[in-house]
Amino acid sequence: MFSSLMFTGLMANTWIAATIVAVIAGMTGFFAVLRGEAFAAHAIPNGAFAGAAGASLLGVNVIWGLAVVAIASALGIGALGSKARHDVVTALTLVLMLGLGALFVSISNQYAQQAYSLLFGEVFGVSSADVPLIAVLGVLALAGIGLAFRPLMLTSAMPEVAEARGVSVRGMEIYFLVVMALATSMTVPVVGALLLFSLMIGPAAAARSITARPGLALALSVAIALITVWLSIALSYQTNWPLGFFVGVGGALFYLAGLAARGLAGLGGGTRRVHPAA
Amino acid sequence: MFPLLQLDGVGVRLGGRQVLSDVSFTVGKGEFAAIIGPNGAGKTTLIRVILGLRPTSAGRVIKGVNGAGAGRVGYVPQKIVIDSDIPLRAWDVVALGLDGHKLGFPFPSRRRREQVEQALQDVGALGYADARVGELSGGEQQRVLIAHALVSRPQLLLLDEPLANLDLRSEQEIVTLLGKLAREHEIAVLLSAHDMNPLLPVMDRIIYVANGKVATGSTDEVVTSEGLTRLYGHPVDVLRVRGRVVVVAGD
Ligand SMILES: Nc1ncnc2c1ncn2[C@@H]1O[C@H](COP(=O)(O)OP(=O)(O)OP(=O)(O)O)[C@@H](O)[C@H]1O
Ligand SMILES: [Mg+2]
Repeated sequence: MFSSLMFTGLMANTWIAATIVAVIAGMTGFFAVLRGEAFAAHAIPNGAFAGAAGASLLGVNVIWGLAVVAIASALGIGALGSKARHDVVTALTLVLMLGLGALFVSISNQYAQQAYSLLFGEVFGVSSADVPLIAVLGVLALAGIGLAFRPLMLTSAMPEVAEARGVSVRGMEIYFLVVMALATSMTVPVVGALLLFSLMIGPAAAARSITARPGLALALSVAIALITVWLSIALSYQTNWPLGFFVGVGGALFYLAGLAARGLAGLGGGTRRVHPAA
Repeated sequence: MFPLLQLDGVGVRLGGRQVLSDVSFTVGKGEFAAIIGPNGAGKTTLIRVILGLRPTSAGRVIKGVNGAGAGRVGYVPQKIVIDSDIPLRAWDVVALGLDGHKLGFPFPSRRRREQVEQALQDVGALGYADARVGELSGGEQQRVLIAHALVSRPQLLLLDEPLANLDLRSEQEIVTLLGKLAREHEIAVLLSAHDMNPLLPVMDRIIYVANGKVATGSTDEVVTSEGLTRLYGHPVDVLRVRGRVVVVAGD
């Protein structure tokens, strides 16, 4: 029923770019959810929108604008987050960036189209020239998460114990935010800031409900992100409905399925041995 | 006796207030020492100073023989807050104790599995090795965290109020376990508690904290009406009934 046309020409770039984006979103989203930084995962891509708008105003590749602003936001949230409340700082960073973004977009002459594509993505318009840069930034973000898998786990689960062992909780926090910013700057132009958020949170939240094994949960998070993206592209191509609709619905459905799976596992009872109280 | 931990005239100021002053004691290899004191006395503060998580305002903390470092130091914090959704089994938490600071993904090996299982077995937590750690009870999490601290075979084990969440039976089991670790594995165990009674059978040294100061020695030396009256700065009576020690404020 699917047309084979959707794997040829321009669409090949779409599949490649979207696949890279899904892997990155699944991996970084996994730790964003685990560390309770879903809000930062929302704020950084949306804030980075200002950078993209600024870059296009200056006539620079938007990826550079995204990268600079995303990393600056990450460092800002990381640096101020220890003094003030994390969510408050994140929210302030977000509104500041959105304000700037609105200003840049209004100065620029092609604002409406530009703004729309940064928020909702241009997954069907990825050019061959974009693919290598996306791939390089993607590999960097992946290596960043993979390399720090264990310290990230340790600081997420037991910050005080980690600190006592000489693993800096604040250091890991800033490190993670910067990796997320890097991931953001390459993924926003492809899927857009809003879609990126659902792709980072939905699959990761579902994965951690389904299994308690850390490695498997990470792999599942990536797998669910991939399935969501692939299905969404195919459906969007066929129906001409917006991609965002399918990604959003897919994320929510997988999350609910995850909750249901965990509920069922809970009902099945454990294999734990319990000793009676004295 | 080799002192693995030595404090010399340590003072700590927090928020402009002198919380502890002139704290001196040693804990030797294979010794079981307990920091005892009421809420707010400074037990957690003292442990954090030893871990290097809080600066001292005076004195020094020396770890290891001749300050050569105590090897790995195991630590179990007072407040264990583990997100109930985090994808980690009890097993994984213990494995993180082995190599959680290292980069990259863990390389599964038979030796690694055996070490983790041994630590879980040592604390009696093998039965829930595969359970999601955030869904375990407070006492079960306590055991898992002790296993996390133990698995890398530390020379010095610090535990902040490890008995706070436990029922009587678990309390006895953990005390026996910690005593055994001190004797058989020659680990220096230093823990804090607000009640000394469960520890009386295994405790070699008491570090009694009150009023910003400490008194240290064997229980018989430290826990006397005169000694604690001097420490608290007001009359205190120590009663010994049926092998239990009761400290009451006099008037
Ligand atoms: N960061 C801080 N700033 C200022 N004062 C502090 C700080 N941390 C602790 N204190 C104070 O230091 C004193 C000792 O606190 P600590 O947590 O060490 O007590 P504790 O003996 O562990 O008590 P508990 O039995 O309740 O755990 C308390 O009076 C506390 O209010
Ligand atoms: Mg305390």
